[in-house]
Amino acid sequence: MSDRAISSASLPNLESADVLIEAIDVSKRFDVSEPWLNRILERKPKRYLHAVDRLSFHIKKGETFGLVGESGCGKSTVARLLVGLYSCSDGQVRFEGHPIQHLDRIKINGKVSLRQKIQMIFQDPYASLNPRWTVGDIVAEPLKVHYLLEDQTAIRERVAMLLAQVGLAASDAARYPHQFSGGQRQRISIARALASEPEFLVCDEPTSALDVSVQAQVLNLMKDLQQSRGLTYLFISHNLAVIRHVSDRVGVMYLGRLVEVASNQALFEKALHPYTRMLLDAIPDLERTGKDRTPVAGEVPNPLAPPSGCAFHPRCPHAMPQCARERPELRLVDARRQVACFAYGDDRAKPN
Amino acid sequence: MPLIQNYNNKTIVNAPLLELRHLRVEFPTRKGSLTALDDVSFSIYRGETLGVVGESGAGKSLTGAAIIGLLEPPGRVTGGEIWLEGKRIDALPPEAMRSLRGKEIAAIFQDPLTSLNPLFTVGRQLTDTIQTHLAMTYSQARHRAIELLARTGIPAPELRIDHYPHQFSGGMRQRVVIALALAAEPKLIVADEPTTALDVSIQAQIIRLLKQLSRDLGTSIMLITHDMGVIAETADRVAVMYAGRVAEIGPVDSMIHRPKHPYTKGLMASIPSVRAHRERLAQIEGAMPRLDAIPKGCAFNPRCSAAIVRCQTERPELREAGDSHAACWVLAS
Repeated sequence: MSDRAISSASLPNLESADVLIEAIDVSKRFDVSEPWLNRILERKPKRYLHAVDRLSFHIKKGETFGLVGESGCGKSTVARLLVGLYSCSDGQVRFEGHPIQHLDRIKINGKVSLRQKIQMIFQDPYASLNPRWTVGDIVAEPLKVHYLLEDQTAIRERVAMLLAQVGLAASDAARYPHQFSGGQRQRISIARALASEPEFLVCDEPTSALDVSVQAQVLNLMKDLQQSRGLTYLFISHNLAVIRHVSDRVGVMYLGRLVEVASNQALFEKALHPYTRMLLDAIPDLERTGKDRTPVAGEVPNPLAPPSGCAFHPRCPHAMPQCARERPELRLVDARRQVACFAYGDDRAKPN
Repeated sequence: MPLIQNYNNKTIVNAPLLELRHLRVEFPTRKGSLTALDDVSFSIYRGETLGVVGESGAGKSLTGAAIIGLLEPPGRVTGGEIWLEGKRIDALPPEAMRSLRGKEIAAIFQDPLTSLNPLFTVGRQLTDTIQTHLAMTYSQARHRAIELLARTGIPAPELRIDHYPHQFSGGMRQRVVIALALAAEPKLIVADEPTTALDVSIQAQIIRLLKQLSRDLGTSIMLITHDMGVIAETADRVAVMYAGRVAEIGPVDSMIHRPKHPYTKGLMASIPSVRAHRERLAQIEGAMPRLDAIPKGCAFNPRCSAAIVRCQTERPELREAGDSHAACWVLAS
């Protein structure tokens, strides 16, 4: 471990050539105030929910960045910010150096829009496919929207090819989503996402609604596609085992903030942030048949009134007075990881 | 069979509390009857936690619903028997079943918000349940309700008892549901995915609570879940279900480390692990058959790499395989 931690903000971006997508100090606030009249009559102030609070990270070309955290920590908001479904309240998301504010209008080299290059796979394959459309129409939609192919036979051929790539038959194009199982529907979503030849896929809990044996099929398929097409993934999940399986680097979120960003190996061999440790410790384990453990007490605080300083300090076994006062920034602890925790600051003792 | 069995250093007197004998549940449809549970037999012993795993549609929840007598029509038991402490309970009149439910067998469901009535305080719901099943005055019942809330780890129960369900967080709500289930000191709790809707840190707390209560009160638990990790930590024995049948049943340790049935093997290998990195997950090709297209012979045979000719024609029964029982012709030959 390095003697002095360096602030991530002061680091020169050495590998900027490799970086595909980058979030710089991104925040997203939602206005959750009472209606205007109530505010006037009851003299209530405006209230904001900080779903994502000054988040910075980057994803390199061809890598899988795993984002993990409990429900309500802001993972899905990050996904939506990165594909441009939400706009940032503060900060910026850059794709290959282009800020993504108006995804559809930005063209690269005058022809390919960013929308084509960034696609998303959603959690629930029952809700994300239009039940009135045939699978062929669903998969062909991106081709038509972006005017990639105009000829009907060419579109049909491309759809058949895409379906074959995700392990479905060309004849499935004529069927409707309800005729498929959950795993097969998720394959259809993947085929649709791949139709516009994207470089970056945001996968928001793509296997959470699936059974384990089907999850294994979908995860293997996603790995194969990544290798053959050089795709970059942002993979969001609450399941640490899945994150470990798919990711190259992992970001851990708690109440809208990143608390630890590390390489897969570094994180799962020895997590540093107390929250990451707690998460790892809480997972039921196949190796621990019949054994007891002491789970960390307490629950995730209300995001409308997050604790002062470090958001984790009320539940943290190593909390110090400083943790309640100041907010720790993500700092580079060694070459493979950044941690937002005062315990890993300049000259403080490290919890062990 | 020995009279005393030893699972995980917990001694269980070998008298089944609950026994399922060749249970069959069917759903009549216009195109004929669908068999959702087919010849399901197993026992749950006193103080034991039996884990029931399987993929969605395997019939785990249906088995639980059949036991507590809450099968949704048109589903009905068309064969077999359910015995609780030497008493047959599958053919009881609705009134008798109602008084049995809650008193002898309680249930915990996945979503704590839908198991609680939003219009009543948790105290009202608890005291109502207690007074329905136990001869107690209101103040005795209220006292017991506070005790139950304290027992399930709810801080300041004297205060919380007068709160409404929406004032509790997800984890706390599930604790209230567990307190409700314990209200009449049932002998068996059917817990259907009790931790699935919760975050991992809360899940660990609830698992620990269930284990502790089962140990302290001697309550048997039928734990239905798709999460093998939860099973590994909580269950004494495990039953693996596939297409409405029990594929394998045995002590938790051998099921996880030495699975016998090809389906259990495939299922175990397809689970990603946090402790070890694997390049690729083993995958079972295909998907579980739909109820109207269950293959002849062994239901798993079209997906099984070890299948032999006999698997396609004859249905295998549960037979001894090591210290578990598995329904597989390949193991039998």
